[in-house]
Amino acid sequence: MMKNSLMRNVPENYNPYVSSDDYKSKKRVLIDKKATNSTVEYLESYSDLFDKLNITDGMTLSFHHHLRNGDFVFNAVCQEIKNRGLKNMKLAPSSIFPNNQCLVELIESGAVTDIYTDYANGPVAECISKGKLKGEFLMHTHGGRPMVIESGAIKIDVAILGVPTVDKKGNGTGKIGKSACGSLGYAESDVTYAKKVVFVTDNLVDTLDDYQLDGKYCDYVLKVDAIGDPNGIVSGTTKITKDPVGLKIARMTAKLLDEFGVIKDGVSMQTGAGGTSLAVAHYVKNIMQERGIKGSFASGGITGYFTDMLEEGLFEELYDVQCFDLKAVQSTLKNTTHHVMSGSRYANCFDDNVVDKLDFVILGATEIDTSFNVNVTTDSHGKIMGGSGGHSDTAHGANITVITTNLIKSHMPIIKESVTTVTTPGADVDVLVTERGIAINPLRTDLIEKVKDSKLPIVTIEKLLETAHEITGVPQKIERSKEAVGYVVYRDGTVIDTIYKID
Amino acid sequence: MPGNNPAMLQNSDIFEADAVIYDLEDAVAVTQKDSARILISQFLKSSKKPFPMEIVVRINGLDTDYYMDDLNMVVSDKIDTIMLPKARVETLIELDKILSRIEEEKHLTKKIGVIPIIELAISVLEINQIVTLPRVNGVLLGAEDLSSDLEVARTKKGDEILHPRMCIAVACAAYKIDSIDTPFTDTNDDIGLKEDCRFVSSIGFTSKAAIHPNQVPTINEIFVPSRKNIEWALRVEAAAKLADEKGLGVFSLDGKMVDKPVMDRANKILKKARNYNLI
Amino acid sequence: MKRGTAGTLESNDAMIMVKESDGLKITITSIVYDFFHEQIENVIRETLKEEGLTNVEVICNDKGALDYTIKARLLTAISRMEEEK
Repeated sequence: MMKNSLMRNVPENYNPYVSSDDYKSKKRVLIDKKATNSTVEYLESYSDLFDKLNITDGMTLSFHHHLRNGDFVFNAVCQEIKNRGLKNMKLAPSSIFPNNQCLVELIESGAVTDIYTDYANGPVAECISKGKLKGEFLMHTHGGRPMVIESGAIKIDVAILGVPTVDKKGNGTGKIGKSACGSLGYAESDVTYAKKVVFVTDNLVDTLDDYQLDGKYCDYVLKVDAIGDPNGIVSGTTKITKDPVGLKIARMTAKLLDEFGVIKDGVSMQTGAGGTSLAVAHYVKNIMQERGIKGSFASGGITGYFTDMLEEGLFEELYDVQCFDLKAVQSTLKNTTHHVMSGSRYANCFDDNVVDKLDFVILGATEIDTSFNVNVTTDSHGKIMGGSGGHSDTAHGANITVITTNLIKSHMPIIKESVTTVTTPGADVDVLVTERGIAINPLRTDLIEKVKDSKLPIVTIEKLLETAHEITGVPQKIERSKEAVGYVVYRDGTVIDTIYKID
Repeated sequence: MPGNNPAMLQNSDIFEADAVIYDLEDAVAVTQKDSARILISQFLKSSKKPFPMEIVVRINGLDTDYYMDDLNMVVSDKIDTIMLPKARVETLIELDKILSRIEEEKHLTKKIGVIPIIELAISVLEINQIVTLPRVNGVLLGAEDLSSDLEVARTKKGDEILHPRMCIAVACAAYKIDSIDTPFTDTNDDIGLKEDCRFVSSIGFTSKAAIHPNQVPTINEIFVPSRKNIEWALRVEAAAKLADEKGLGVFSLDGKMVDKPVMDRANKILKKARNYNLI
Repeated sequence: MKRGTAGTLESNDAMIMVKESDGLKITITSIVYDFFHEQIENVIRETLKEEGLTNVEVICNDKGALDYTIKARLLTAISRMEEEK
């Protein structure tokens, strides 16, 4: 092991993290796009898929997570791996959810030995945390994943992608069909760079005029009864929080952004789909409406809250890599200014990406430390329960990155002297807003200057740590295993931190 | 705040309310009164810094078996005010005696205030006397219980409580104490809350009780001192300072004598304005 | 044997049971055990000392309660134990 620039232990056989703009000194690497074809071949079943594509031990299969906790495709492939007794398989799903529990057995038996993903939550994450995976476990970002695919750092043998509607030329869209999920942004790199591409669908149509996935890259189509359970794919509506602490944090955040002077014509923003993040959007929206401000765009995972803002004329455009609710899915169909985009266009540091154009982003944190490093990958024990997703991508891209979180959750201070795992480097995090005060990163002297006369409770981050400890007491230091189970890979492909085994 | 709920207590000081009412009465089950008393007193004791708001404890009524234990347990220098349900002249006099005894026994360094809740028809009739009683530094209208005592339906518009509201607003204004309007019970109707606040503010109420922390910003929006009042109060403050330097006991501003009630009013406005970071 | 229970299993609360015993025995389960079990035990020990109790068994099931909540629940459990005389 060696130390990277954040003084985190990282393995010698990977490039260590240097800085968040170190990518600027590197050149984009692009492997050849996959072969195109003018016709598609139809498959009978998952078994037929494995036969025709000659899926054998040690191959790398990739998946997207747009069907989220309702996805049937990934699980069906896992079942087929098990049925065939395949070994040493490498899987690259863009995220892993609690419903992918069947993978646990494959990890334990050695059928699956390597996993590359941007986010993992539930039994699979726990299983990996316990050190059950025999090979490599890398956690990328949503922008880093397209980068490692296009550069060939991760070579996909077969991309097996659930696509809500496919036409006879193999063009695919997520906007329509009984399993509609809206944007299919995270699937686009897989479609372009995998050696073979299979679309699994439950809605085959003659032709599609509007499609996100280009049929010329599609080799096979498998028609099944259902690619997912609509109830798990999208929630009906995503609502802003009613929690008074979350709302107080959101009000303070909107006021602070206003004092920074960023809520003005042309403003661009992104928030997570969490209740507090959406509440910030709500208060920002109020300010925009009061003053007749028109924004330029909002991006990211899109919720109905943002499609409402689009329809009310508060934004000119939406850039959507993933839809979080039904309203957002419907909006991709009816609003021509609601654009679906690829993961690469969204956040790949080597692409002309959207996150670089953001004025501000509102993000959460499982832990944040006095260097402003944020952890959204593990809990305080070190157990995997999330991952960057677009966290570190947007934090780097946006001009102002605001972390909103409760200072304390169930006796645990969220603020630490040092986070358990670094997901996003502190240099890219500008502001922390909690119910008991706001801290601005000392690196942002420009922001500090703008609010020097503010009545908002702005304090140092050390003071927030002290406040938290006054209420909770100082947590005991815990002994951690030195055994690595995986690595957090920053968006430029370098290792920013190590994930350790838990008991 | 329900007195037996640790999750709510631990964030009770962050909501920019002028006062927080810790409840031992209706929000606490009869089997948990002991638990709530101990929790509230331990919570208040644990704070190393003074709270940014007034601390009020709503005890059980003097017609119950719980009020004496409530008072013995919670009265301390950490609290400012006791809120008394179903208050009447005679129960308020009794409460004053009990508080005096406890203050002496516990060697309190302050005098505990009392906010009676007007929630009986008879209390409305007694209001002009209630506001004159010792310790009474504010009055809360409790419209839910009052309308049941009046045997009328409680409505959002509130015609049924118009007369009690008027009586309380006038009585409190006459004795320069806080008049606190009944909570608006629909926590999902922010527009209704705002209208209700505007109305009671227009008839002279100085404040309103919130039934949920999410109501506080809306209530504050209506009840924060106006720019005009703040400017007036600042001028009173400046004139008082000048008079003090000159050694003058009484002084006038804009041709009017500034006496103690006027000074008190100005100070109250300024305190509130400073609390809300308006000056 | 006298015993008393107080508190709930709601978030930020703790359920505490106290019963007579031959000596002092404290059992803690907590959602923040690794980070705060020493602190929780200290609060329990201090409180028992203040109350002059030595021969009791305390079972604390903590759901993220702060110190004053632990102390309040313990005091309530003790007072309820005494009430059963």
